[in-house]
Amino acid sequence: MENLGTLAILLAFCFAIYAVLGSIAGKLGRRPFLVLSAERAVYCVWGLLTVAASLLVYSLMTGDFRLAYVAEHSNKSMDLAYKFASWWGGQEGSLLLWAWLLATYSAILVFQNRRKFREMMPYVTAVLMATETFFLILISFVEQPFKVLMAGKGIVDAGDGQGLNPLLQYWTMVIHPPMLYLGYVGFTVPFAFAIGSLITKQAGDSWIHTTRRWTLVTWMFQTTGILLGAGWAYAVLGWGGYWGWDPVENASLLPWITATAFLHSVMMQEKKGMMKVWNIVLVSSTFFLCIFGTFLTRSGVVQSVHAFAQSSLGRYFVVFLAVGIASTLYLILNRLDYLKSEAQLESVLSRESSFLFNNLILLASCFAVLWGTLFPVISEAVSGEKISVDGPFFNRVNIPIGLGLLLLTGVGPLIAWRKSSVESLKRSFFWPTIGGVAVAGVLLVTGVRHFYALMSFALCAFVTISIVLEFFKGANVIRAKSGQNVVAAMVELTHRNTRRYGGYLVHMGVVLMFIGFTGKAFDISRTLEVAKGQKVNLGSYQLQIGDVESGRNDNYSWEVLNVAVSKNGQDLGNMRPERRMYFVSRQPTSEVTIRRRALDDLYLNFAGAANDGDGTVIQAYVFPLVSWIWVGYWVVLIGTLICLVPNKVRLMYPRTEVVAMAKKHAKVQN
Amino acid sequence: MNNYVKFGILILAILGTLGWLAVGGISETKTYYKTVAEIGQLSEQAKEKRLRVGGDIAPNSIQRNGADVMFTLAQDSLRLKVVYSGIDPLPDTFRDGAQALADGRLGSDGVFHATKIQAKCASKYQAKPVINGNATPGVRTS
Repeated sequence: MENLGTLAILLAFCFAIYAVLGSIAGKLGRRPFLVLSAERAVYCVWGLLTVAASLLVYSLMTGDFRLAYVAEHSNKSMDLAYKFASWWGGQEGSLLLWAWLLATYSAILVFQNRRKFREMMPYVTAVLMATETFFLILISFVEQPFKVLMAGKGIVDAGDGQGLNPLLQYWTMVIHPPMLYLGYVGFTVPFAFAIGSLITKQAGDSWIHTTRRWTLVTWMFQTTGILLGAGWAYAVLGWGGYWGWDPVENASLLPWITATAFLHSVMMQEKKGMMKVWNIVLVSSTFFLCIFGTFLTRSGVVQSVHAFAQSSLGRYFVVFLAVGIASTLYLILNRLDYLKSEAQLESVLSRESSFLFNNLILLASCFAVLWGTLFPVISEAVSGEKISVDGPFFNRVNIPIGLGLLLLTGVGPLIAWRKSSVESLKRSFFWPTIGGVAVAGVLLVTGVRHFYALMSFALCAFVTISIVLEFFKGANVIRAKSGQNVVAAMVELTHRNTRRYGGYLVHMGVVLMFIGFTGKAFDISRTLEVAKGQKVNLGSYQLQIGDVESGRNDNYSWEVLNVAVSKNGQDLGNMRPERRMYFVSRQPTSEVTIRRRALDDLYLNFAGAANDGDGTVIQAYVFPLVSWIWVGYWVVLIGTLICLVPNKVRLMYPRTEVVAMAKKHAKVQN
Repeated sequence: MNNYVKFGILILAILGTLGWLAVGGISETKTYYKTVAEIGQLSEQAKEKRLRVGGDIAPNSIQRNGADVMFTLAQDSLRLKVVYSGIDPLPDTFRDGAQALADGRLGSDGVFHATKIQAKCASKYQAKPVINGNATPGVRTS
């Protein structure tokens, strides 16, 4: 079994190298068959890695504890789903997942474009497979997933495994890593296209279209992954936060930021032929930040709560990053002539300029996060002292950035391309501004004095009104023509320009998330040592402490604290925070209970017994508006999916489209 | 006014503000990594700074006292008493023998007053598998 798996990985490694060399040689030597064989090699890589991955998963599922990986990351009493999830529970398996996903994406891409982009595809294949080769080097020679326990001393069978870390035995953890990886890995594809277009000197828009959809899908996965991680941290880790600016979290955020910037600035290239160099830079940075993120997660360079075992992987990543970045830079500089902008910025008050500032702010945020994450490494190199910066630093920089972006979210879509007149701005922004000011005023009167919170709520109102007005304006035009009702008209409107109105919906989701983030300003948190029968007031809630129950099952022993909750005298039932002690890993975990409501979450954590006396220690929190973040995520997801639906017009009037395209081409050729 | 000048001013204003916030943020929150040994040799001046100490939690040293938690960080033969009185609950990985990072300040009494604790279970990711003592090589004994 392990021999077959190792063999499959080694063969995949050979095929990947062949695919790189074959596609480049075939392209340069004008041998289409060589190119074709290289593309077939991509399918082989996928097939072989699928075999390897299936073998690993099979060993995990059946509990083949002779394998070091299986023994370290699963045990007999785990649920089948978690046994499956152990695939990415550790270093070797995660790298195999990376490689397998990249192979999957590559195979899909090669298949989709088997007749398209014939000029560019060999290079795209080469870039994808070069990246694949890198990861296959790691899993064939450095971190082998099929290592047998006590290799070289005879095969030893450990009767049972160590088990997956109990903290990770939670449903979102089953899908969080693959989602993030789908995001990380997916950004390789736009990068490969960017490089392909640079090498073939096609600055044209054809690749941009394909790339934009890929980026959107990948962005969606990345967003999902990040939010699942946040949701998990909130529900499992017991500190009530969803984001801690930990290096590994930052690593997943960085490429997300640059990808978001790309999704915006790509519109400038599509519509105006501007920012071509910039887009290539964004696509490349996103890719390298993904590799960098994997490097941070995998090498233990920076202290992190997530840190995996220290390993020698670091230098491989450094070499790959250095070579990759250097060659990309060289290519960009070499091809600058082909990337000339076709238009100029004409006014500060224009759509173009709003995109420019959107990009500027996003990139500033990306840079600040990167700087903060690497600060210990940088400071140690410069001054010899290891200095770290913490959550407050990131918040201090990123809160104003977030508010600036929120403002642009409302402003950007309403400003005209090229140049906006002050008159039209007054007209578009009248109601949104009134709404924002009104919200801030009401909050001020009700006693909210937190400056950022006031700003944030005001801006949320501003953006919401501007988006809703856009929908109504558009829908009214359609209604006037067709006589449909408002809802039908809105659906019709969205269907006619899915990218625009899907995009608005994404913005709306972001606004909801910001409302949720802002709730953080009003958190109530208390750590209490309590005795049975004691009553505690927490915000508008009253807690009455009850009995502690305890028991055990095969996997863990548990203690549950009963807390009776009421609000303004009204009984809301019992909450039962729990503490568990897992036998196999000897790891205690706390299972918090959360009463989730639209306005606030009541969050109880049973911290354990106090050493002096017979009291128990609990942490009790009220988190206002947290649920809005998760609701906002669903809106973002739906909006993104709508963006991916093709426009109705293109489907209904293919001929017009062709004529329009022909005209456009004619124009370009002139 | 020339467009480029306008853009230039706006961009400079934005970057300037953010840069200012970043520099302020760094000087306000920067924390010096020290080992238990280095803590003992700190000058009076350095004790004013925010520090982060790393070490292993000495077995049986964790004491809960109301909302405070006391424990001892050990590095080789050196010991450092730590009192944690932060708001966040201690992580589940915080237990005897785990590696912990404590953020806070050193009191004049030589006790470290932590406001934040991170713990990493040493055996979590580099687990040494328990090998069944009766197992003969190559034979499954499950």
